[in-house]
Amino acid sequence: MWHRIFALVIKEFLALLKDKKSRLVVIVPPLVQLFVFSYAATFDLNEVGYAVFNEDAGMASRDLLARFEGAPSFRLVGYLDHEGQIAPLIDSRKAVMVIRIGPHFTRDLLLKHPAQVQVILDGRNSNTAMVASGYVGTIVTEFSRTWTPTHGFPGAPAALEVRAWFNPALQSRWFIVPGIVGLLTLVVTLLVTALSVAREREAGTFDQLLVTPLRPVEILVGKTVPGMIIGAFEASLIILLAVFWFQVPLRGSLGALYLGLLLFLLSGVGLGLMISSIAVTQQQGLLGAFLVLVPSVVLSGFATPIANMPEFMQNLTHLIPLRYFLIILRGVFLEGADATLLWPQYWPMGVIGITSLAFASWLFRHRLY
Amino acid sequence: MRLRGLMRKEALQIVRDPSSIAIAFVLPLLLLLIFGYGVSLDAKHVPLGLVVEHPSPQTTSFTASFQQSPYFDPHHFSHIKEAEEALRHGEIKGIVWMRGNFDEQLLSGETAPIGVFVNGVDANTARLVQGYVQGAWTTWLQDYARAQGKALAIPVKLEQRVWFNPGLRSRDYLVPGLIAVIMTLIGALLTALVVAREWERGTMEALMVTPVAIREILIGKLVPYFLLGMGGLLFSVAMAVWMFEVPLRGSLLLLLATSALFLLAALAMGLLISTLAKNQFVAGQAAILATFLPAFILSGFIFDIGSMPKPIQWLTHIIAARYYVAILQTVFLAGNVWSVVLVNALALVVITGIFMGLVRRRTSKRLE
Repeated sequence: MWHRIFALVIKEFLALLKDKKSRLVVIVPPLVQLFVFSYAATFDLNEVGYAVFNEDAGMASRDLLARFEGAPSFRLVGYLDHEGQIAPLIDSRKAVMVIRIGPHFTRDLLLKHPAQVQVILDGRNSNTAMVASGYVGTIVTEFSRTWTPTHGFPGAPAALEVRAWFNPALQSRWFIVPGIVGLLTLVVTLLVTALSVAREREAGTFDQLLVTPLRPVEILVGKTVPGMIIGAFEASLIILLAVFWFQVPLRGSLGALYLGLLLFLLSGVGLGLMISSIAVTQQQGLLGAFLVLVPSVVLSGFATPIANMPEFMQNLTHLIPLRYFLIILRGVFLEGADATLLWPQYWPMGVIGITSLAFASWLFRHRLY
Repeated sequence: MRLRGLMRKEALQIVRDPSSIAIAFVLPLLLLLIFGYGVSLDAKHVPLGLVVEHPSPQTTSFTASFQQSPYFDPHHFSHIKEAEEALRHGEIKGIVWMRGNFDEQLLSGETAPIGVFVNGVDANTARLVQGYVQGAWTTWLQDYARAQGKALAIPVKLEQRVWFNPGLRSRDYLVPGLIAVIMTLIGALLTALVVAREWERGTMEALMVTPVAIREILIGKLVPYFLLGMGGLLFSVAMAVWMFEVPLRGSLLLLLATSALFLLAALAMGLLISTLAKNQFVAGQAAILATFLPAFILSGFIFDIGSMPKPIQWLTHIIAARYYVAILQTVFLAGNVWSVVLVNALALVVITGIFMGLVRRRTSKRLE
């Protein structure tokens, strides 16, 4: 039996890797994407363009503006000298933000009146606007804090001491890169497996496979193993790059991570083979892979938190294996989680994997054309 | 006449293979539902631990602002250790900690520290939580100063105004960009598969021995799928406006014209991929990798291009979706801002031209 399965595994590898184009498709794009996406996918602000409309001639406003000039999140685009210039600048997206300081800013501060700063933000990208608004708040508060004691204002009765756990500098890259490990692993395993049965069906070789002494379970194992090996290989490669190239800390145990990876691959391959056995043509197989891939990317919490979704969507996400694996990845990488803490994430992936594999092998015989 | 025949054949192929119709109509529906409801950057009901070691009217007045806030789902703790344990287990996303001597310090005129710990793994949510806590703190300071009849401790007041999207609804920002992702899928994926299938089945050769010119074959393929794509577009815009209640402040006509331009670019990309790949497996994967994922990540649909590293910013210039996303976000939320629309439309024209030219060059009546 093992001999037969082994022969099938070899055949699957050959079918996949003998063609130069499909070999390239499996290996090169994931690596390119890892680099491009890891650098591109960021919610951090970096040199966001802003303009200044300062009607105040005093030193307090200069002092405040100097803090913005020193911040790496912002880049000064220019100074305005009348109100009419604000709208065209924001409309044309040359600046995301305009800081407006009224004529009495310094005078008010020196007279110990509260002074006002106005910030106008481009809300087209609501997230940039929100994050920028947070940064501005921090800069202005910081300015206030240094201004108060030296200029006779009463000190604040209470102050915030803010600290971020696990990711002290709040870099989105630490959040995104472990996510990309899961995302690309899923893409590769789905693509490799979703077309494998459909291709044979289209070529008619699947019927031949069914009349050989191989039992459906053996065909299933033969089709599962190559997908898992390729997936594990790519995932390991990406994990290595995440740690050594992108310098994301790996704080938890590798064992917990690889147990998660194994179960995740099982569920990914299971879904892929299930799609493949339902599909009659490769086009349908590919579409099916797509219909699994897109919700997985969107609803897994890869880019936006699951907690922000409406209740019914949150319930739906329990069907998505990537959801569990992302928690494992981020838990192990950043929070130093171990296998016991992650147990609630392991078993659902196992259940999804075994159910879909069982369904796929049933379909092998019950869906003939 | 020959062209009509070709288009008829393509149209029949679309009608008879349900999966093409599915891509054009069911896919946008599904994607808009998934993305529209699934992608949200608005943190709401964030589980937040409130640690009050020694409750008093002062601490209550501070925590009250969190109780009423729609952004937080407060969990109460009386010891920091329990709260830290909960943070470690992921039950809460952040902690606001008022130590036992908060009141004494407040009354003695010292600055009383309020500890704020956030789980930084999801940096974006963490930052939003920090922002909200800071806002709550500022409001509390103002109320406190007023109640005590003292001067305000924060001399500079920040007044923020957000244009185009005052409520900062992330849906208003994401749904227009989403249309670009969907159009990329319809345009590129569908055509890539269709033409690759003709190569694979050998029907392309059959077409070549007929008197039709290459130009006619290409146009015959483009027109039906163009119409299919425009149908999908209208459907998506209708859903965006009526279902997701995204304002459409610019003109619909301008939106349709620029969309047509982008659809041509996407179709050309699909054709190019399929002529290069000539097999469905490679064409399908290439279409996903070269069009869908970049449209998702590099187009400015969700991640701001301005904040990416410079080399990646340059790279985004070859992604057609980038220009279309800029147009969509502007036409939907800001209106007909010609300085944005014209520049980006021009870029789309150039990209479409380049891809069409490449397709024309790579497709010849020649067999390998």
